[in-house]
Amino acid sequence: MNTIHRIWNFYYDGFRSMTLGRTLWAVILVKLFIIFFVLKLFFFPNYIKEHAEKGNEAEFVSQKLAP
Amino acid sequence: MNQLLNIDMTMVDWARAQFALTAIYHWLFVPLTLGLAVVMGIMETQYYRTGSEFWKQTAKFWQRLFGINFAMGVATGIILEFEFGTNWSNYSYLVGDIFGAPLAIEGIVAFFMESTFVAVMFFGWNKVSKGFHLASTWLTGLGATISAWWILVANSWMQHPVGQTFNPETVRNEMTSFADVALSPVAVDKFVHTVLSAWVLGAVFVVGVSSWYLLKKRHTEFATKSLRLGAVFGLISSALIMLSGHHSAYTVAQTQPMKLAAMEALYKGGTDQPLTIIAGINPFAQPDYEATDEPPLKLAVPYALSFLATNDMNGYVPGIRDILDGYTKPDGTIEPSLDEKIQLGQQAITALQDYRKAKKEGTSEETINCQLSIINSGMPYFGYGYVKDRAQVVPYIPVCFYAFRVMVGGGCLFILLFILILAPIRGRWRGTLHWVALFCIPVAYIVSEAGWLVAEFGRQPWTIQDMLPTWVGVSELGASAVMITFLLFLILFTTLLAVEISIMCKTIKKGPEL
Repeated sequence: MNTIHRIWNFYYDGFRSMTLGRTLWAVILVKLFIIFFVLKLFFFPNYIKEHAEKGNEAEFVSQKLAP
Repeated sequence: MNQLLNIDMTMVDWARAQFALTAIYHWLFVPLTLGLAVVMGIMETQYYRTGSEFWKQTAKFWQRLFGINFAMGVATGIILEFEFGTNWSNYSYLVGDIFGAPLAIEGIVAFFMESTFVAVMFFGWNKVSKGFHLASTWLTGLGATISAWWILVANSWMQHPVGQTFNPETVRNEMTSFADVALSPVAVDKFVHTVLSAWVLGAVFVVGVSSWYLLKKRHTEFATKSLRLGAVFGLISSALIMLSGHHSAYTVAQTQPMKLAAMEALYKGGTDQPLTIIAGINPFAQPDYEATDEPPLKLAVPYALSFLATNDMNGYVPGIRDILDGYTKPDGTIEPSLDEKIQLGQQAITALQDYRKAKKEGTSEETINCQLSIINSGMPYFGYGYVKDRAQVVPYIPVCFYAFRVMVGGGCLFILLFILILAPIRGRWRGTLHWVALFCIPVAYIVSEAGWLVAEFGRQPWTIQDMLPTWVGVSELGASAVMITFLLFLILFTTLLAVEISIMCKTIKKGPEL
């Protein structure tokens, strides 16, 4: 319990005493939001999941490879 | 029906451009992380050994710059994985089993190792012991380097597919030997060469920033010591990169001879081949490699290409036309011509369809085994089955040729810079040298990206070497969809870069707390 408390304090004090780090964390969080909640959700669907029937992916790709 | 005919070629171009844009921007952040990791590690080791406050503050300053770069670059590579699933779905499906393992390991290592030790490195001053802090600093760098290893393993497999077998039931390449994939000669060479190039970039950055302080006559002791350390580190890295560069060229000659021929604009090969220093190649048009034997105005070092490619001054190096027409290797084995490869590829593609049809219809085992045997023997040339003419398998020579010279020329420039920085030059010339060092920071990025261009343009048209060309690997999407995300990325990454440069400049202007 003491160890967990010390680890908690370590991170808590570290985050609290950040100066430049605050700006960097803000940039990281905005970036992650854009990547995962904007780009991934709205612009980067899994093409095969969307177009092939479930369990039929191999047949779907095999047709794409047809001569 | 030929499904591939439905794919608009501009979709392939946009998907390639988008991947290139993402990778180029991602690579703007990565090398400085790898390079500064060693520099700050050495500086903190000095602090650990001497207990000097000077080295502590010096290490802290470079760690701050490392942190800015790390924060800006983190997660930018994930976008490449999104692009696989959306734009490159056929490719992604075909290689999923092989790509998944190294990328998953990279994710786990990156997350746990780097995030744990980065936190100790930044939050742990005066809270953990000096030894534990030093270990965390080195382990942060090691974590980043190990991450690079797994990414480069994935990339190397595309350049030299080994350790897998194609399963016609699942239409996927499946890993048969993790060791073969992780330790393929291409992966080892690529890792060593890439990491060393990142060290050189880190050294140029340290030398350039230190030079700025000296030009401004600020933090002179800090700048002088950082400058010398950066130059020594850069010189050692440069010496090592020359060795790894030679070995990489040898491996490329064995595994991707067309890439080497394009890098050298070698149209007709042979023994005793010279290494071209420069030649008059039009940067905006593919040269006529079919009708001419060599580019005009060629200035070359005798025998050097043969030595680079074969470790023998008189070794045989095939040119573009030799590779297209087929040639006999020095060990007597015959490399098939393009026409023969196309035939083998077409047979494998047809056999794949016939195999699947036979399985569905429950045809005899003998027929199925016969198709399987054709697939297996033709699989190394599977991609050639989609090739229609000779020009399709020749990379764009001007980019490969000039990017290679920018990479090597830049590397030589940096060696000269490091030597001059360490030389006892005083007075006016010293000031000029510091300006040159400052100017070399953006040059180092250009040189680093040029290396990436050589590696990636040189393997065109293959997404998987010889097995899958780009126009078969892409999804059947409209070009406009990819164009929109291309522009979104351009805005996102340019903003990130502008923010990074701005924060970096402010931090540098502020200087170390000495």
